[in-house]
Amino acid sequence: MSIFVDDDTRVVVQGITGGEGKFHAGQMIEYGTNVVAGAVPGKGGQEVDGVPVYDTVDEAVEAEDADASVIFVPPAFAGDAIFESLDTDLDLAVAITEGIPTQDMAKVNKRLSETDTRLIGPNCPGIITPGEAKLGILPGNIFSDGNVGLVSRSGTLTYQVVDNLTERGLGQSTAIGIGGDPIIGTSFIDALEAFEADADTDAVVMCGEIGGEDEEQAARFIGEHMDTPVAGFIAGRTAPPGKRMGHAGAIVSGSGTGTAQSKIDALNDAGVPVGDTPEEVADHVEEFL
Amino acid sequence: MKLHEHQAKTIFADAGIPVPDSRLATTVDEALDAVDEIGYPAAIKAQVHVGGRGKAGGIKIATDREEAEQYAEEILGMDLKGYTVDEVLVEAGVDFVDELYVGVTMDRGEGKPVLMVSTEGGVNIEEVAEENPDAIAREHVDPAFGLHPYQARKVVYEAGVDADVALDVASILSTLYDLYEENDASEIEVNPVMITSDRDVVAADAVMNIDEDALFRQPDLAEMAEASYEDDLERKAGEYGFDYVRLSGNVGIIGNGAGLVMTTLDLVDYYGGAPANFLDIGGGAKAERVTQALDMVFSDPNVDSVVFNIFGGITRGDEVAKGINEALAEFDEIPKPVVVRLAGTNAEEGMEILNTDLIEVEKTLEEAVQRAVANAEEVSQ
Repeated sequence: MSIFVDDDTRVVVQGITGGEGKFHAGQMIEYGTNVVAGAVPGKGGQEVDGVPVYDTVDEAVEAEDADASVIFVPPAFAGDAIFESLDTDLDLAVAITEGIPTQDMAKVNKRLSETDTRLIGPNCPGIITPGEAKLGILPGNIFSDGNVGLVSRSGTLTYQVVDNLTERGLGQSTAIGIGGDPIIGTSFIDALEAFEADADTDAVVMCGEIGGEDEEQAARFIGEHMDTPVAGFIAGRTAPPGKRMGHAGAIVSGSGTGTAQSKIDALNDAGVPVGDTPEEVADHVEEFL
Repeated sequence: MKLHEHQAKTIFADAGIPVPDSRLATTVDEALDAVDEIGYPAAIKAQVHVGGRGKAGGIKIATDREEAEQYAEEILGMDLKGYTVDEVLVEAGVDFVDELYVGVTMDRGEGKPVLMVSTEGGVNIEEVAEENPDAIAREHVDPAFGLHPYQARKVVYEAGVDADVALDVASILSTLYDLYEENDASEIEVNPVMITSDRDVVAADAVMNIDEDALFRQPDLAEMAEASYEDDLERKAGEYGFDYVRLSGNVGIIGNGAGLVMTTLDLVDYYGGAPANFLDIGGGAKAERVTQALDMVFSDPNVDSVVFNIFGGITRGDEVAKGINEALAEFDEIPKPVVVRLAGTNAEEGMEILNTDLIEVEKTLEEAVQRAVANAEEVSQ
């Protein structure tokens, strides 16, 4: 089992004719994902790697029975693309795009609260259930099939931790990058709740970073609602206040909230060991299993 | 991206928010010309992106020409928490009887903008928020509808603003929300809004931060951003399109992906070193990007050693290694010791290709960071 995606997931790629979209659609297909359609306005009727392209997501869903989308649309148009996914009532939309204006995401967030669609991202590497499906840009070959769930705000940090796990023979059930923006769809808590309910996930890794209070809230959720053991990692211990550390969401505000220490303390209070290095995170997972 | 006070006040004034009469000055003579026009008392205010300017000595009130000259001389060119003051705003002093705080920001947790008003203005609002959160009235705005005018009135009344000026304050708040939307701001704050003895309402300070991700549709603000770099390396990073933050240590750090670069910084600290910068080169690691990144860290005089940490995902490690070798060939000499660590797809092939005459190679992140910290210690001795 797994969470959110598996080998039945049928994917439409929004922006499949662009450089990134075309390349990663090919990578997803190579991994074994059911990429059934592309959606690009004005490109209906074309084919990319044998995948039929439609002008709208609605047509793609109608013709190919897609139930999930992956969005590779430039920032200026990505908010609109996410709305299109939400308004088509897909089960899942994964927004890879980095750099969507926050005020656009606030509007998306409002619409999201009125639909049943799950949004992952934006500004994320996507989601992978090893051996079954990958929706996004994660490098498939570093993952292996197993029973460790992983949820992270970051891309390459996720790969680093997965690499450490895979090297020790600790495979993954599903790995999700939830994104580094201030306003995102799926939260840590959403993913943790799903992992807790998944019979085949026996341990979870949660990689957070500075900014916001999502990690603190997730820590409370773990303490109150989870039996599955969780190991944590928090990036940004050395970040100075007021500076944006790459991710739009990774900023410690002047008031002292969002610091690495407050997140580490909250996780420790919930019984979650937090590694000082990625290797130590793998140590903790090994102890759990 | 932070605007300077004088930039934000120009935007406020254009939108009809009352601000004190003011002039921008870059020399003592210009400052004196400005006070001659404005009169006394006059505030001389350092224009740097630093919080708590007043406490740090960056704001002084002059009551005559002699004081104005003295303060302008003191403040222009002074070092304010690491930033050199190149400009001062000379502003008419306001005879106030009360100070308020008003602001608009994005509440991340709610995913909605929020209006904030407090009668405890003129002090550090973060401290108020921590010690006496009830002193700040808040009202969330539905981003789909925008601000309903009643909401601005409601939050002003709720904060306990005096009835005779409440509607004027609500009007400023409504205008601030419009500016927040129009300019893709992430935060707008006026602290303090001053109430004068004549019961006029004046925006005496102005903080306005813009969402960097929205600059593509805010060309005028993007131009201001270019004008407001205060650090040559930050300017260079802006030109190269890197995410870059300068820090105070001596271990230069280059990597790909914000989370992994932050982790590399943390490990430098964990192993007893001090990070000199955050530099994320993003995906791909093509030769040109690597050359630019090395150029950035080499030209930082604080850097004694460099750690280069790349996780090759879709981009294979051997391609990354070729890029690094090509980049290294661009330099006549490698001025500071560089440790490279490659991981991920084809990492081993990559590490075999790397030109170890010019750089050191380590297999794990932990080893690479420890080596770079040791190198920095050696060089700085």
